[in-house]
Amino acid sequence: MYEGVVQDLIDELGRLPGVGPKSAQRIAFHLLAADPADVRRLVHALVEVKDKVRFCATCGNVAESEQCRICLDPRRDVAVICVVEESKDVVAIEKTREFRGRYHVLGGAISPIEGVGPDDLRIRELMTRLADGVVTELILATDPNLEGEATATYLARLCKPMGLRVTRLASGLPVGGDLEYADEVTLGRAFEGRRLLDV
Amino acid sequence: MSLLRDEGVVLRAQKLGEADRIITLLTRDHGIVRAVARGVRKTKSKFGARVEPFAHVDVQFFTRGSEFPGRGLPIITQAETLGAYGGRLALDYAAYTSGTAILETAERLTDHERGQPALQQYLLLIGALRTLAMGAHEPGLVLDAFLLRSLAVAGYAPSFVDCARCGLDGPNRFFSVQGGGTVCGDCRPAGSVVPSPETLSLLGALLTGDWGRADASEPRHRREGSGLVAAYLQWHLERGIRSLRLVERS
Repeated sequence: MYEGVVQDLIDELGRLPGVGPKSAQRIAFHLLAADPADVRRLVHALVEVKDKVRFCATCGNVAESEQCRICLDPRRDVAVICVVEESKDVVAIEKTREFRGRYHVLGGAISPIEGVGPDDLRIRELMTRLADGVVTELILATDPNLEGEATATYLARLCKPMGLRVTRLASGLPVGGDLEYADEVTLGRAFEGRRLLDV
Repeated sequence: MSLLRDEGVVLRAQKLGEADRIITLLTRDHGIVRAVARGVRKTKSKFGARVEPFAHVDVQFFTRGSEFPGRGLPIITQAETLGAYGGRLALDYAAYTSGTAILETAERLTDHERGQPALQQYLLLIGALRTLAMGAHEPGLVLDAFLLRSLAVAGYAPSFVDCARCGLDGPNRFFSVQGGGTVCGDCRPAGSVVPSPETLSLLGALLTGDWGRADASEPRHRREGSGLVAAYLQWHLERGIRSLRLVERS
């Protein structure tokens, strides 16, 4: 145990995800040895993020105003919505530069074993967005795991009667991997989703 | 340090750190085992969908103790699929919600004897998942059949004909959760209910595996039966099954 504020700092850092007591101690001593200006910059960033960042009223993504940068961008296609579980997924898709539509962040996936049902996600907000008839395609980009697939099934069943084109991201073999290490489910999906080579 | 091999059904997968998961399995020889699957959340993971809930796998563990439970959690080093039920269940929302309630119940009924085999519960679980994935029966019926039979294996078999207290030959009209099932007029405790005879017949059919009778039942009797099964399960487990609340019934 250290004295006073040093121990307080270690305890606070230790509450962060993935930071154990040893890591917390290492970060605390790094901060003690760091330049005061660097520490002040970190403190400023922490305070700013809590003060300024909120969730977009339209899509649920992290934003610095009422709406996020993507929802405010007039160049984005309003007819296509890509549904993701978390804001982190928006960043991952944006990095591809393949998608020019808008997003909807659910805030998780349906997981009955964790007590998370459809009412705990932003599904009602999605239905409200789809009600005006502007959106023509819904891309379901939930995680390719069991909860993500079940959430996609639930949403597809809910949205298809609205006359929308409902699509799901393809799943199959990762680029750069070896075929022999692919599990049966992934390999099966890759066969289902095989495409014609147009050469 | 040793390598152990067993087969099991994945009941639960919880996120751990950056890219790992803690996998809870009901294994054939070692009962409930919690183990770490390293890097499983990365797209290039060698495990892929093999350690997702509902997967029936042949699995190898690396333990730091000589036997389960070792020092710290064992690490999954290899997994081969014996039956992949998750893919099919995720495409049918009602089957998925019933399946998660089956997994949660299996964990709750076997968790108190960690490291000890629970072969009957294990075989019952595989049978239930296989039936659910085949889609031969309504998912809610498969769930209720599993709940009744797993309670029976755990020593809490309810009676749906004879009086659970004095053994008076049935059929008996009254049903008491704390009384152990149907009870006669003389034995009925306060709070007993009077379900319809068709509901009691359905529950008896589910307990004994008479699928012909169960499939022919009416939705209102299935609804009443599920309520009785859920109350009976909750009474014996003391805590409710979280996923039961989210099961989609027809």
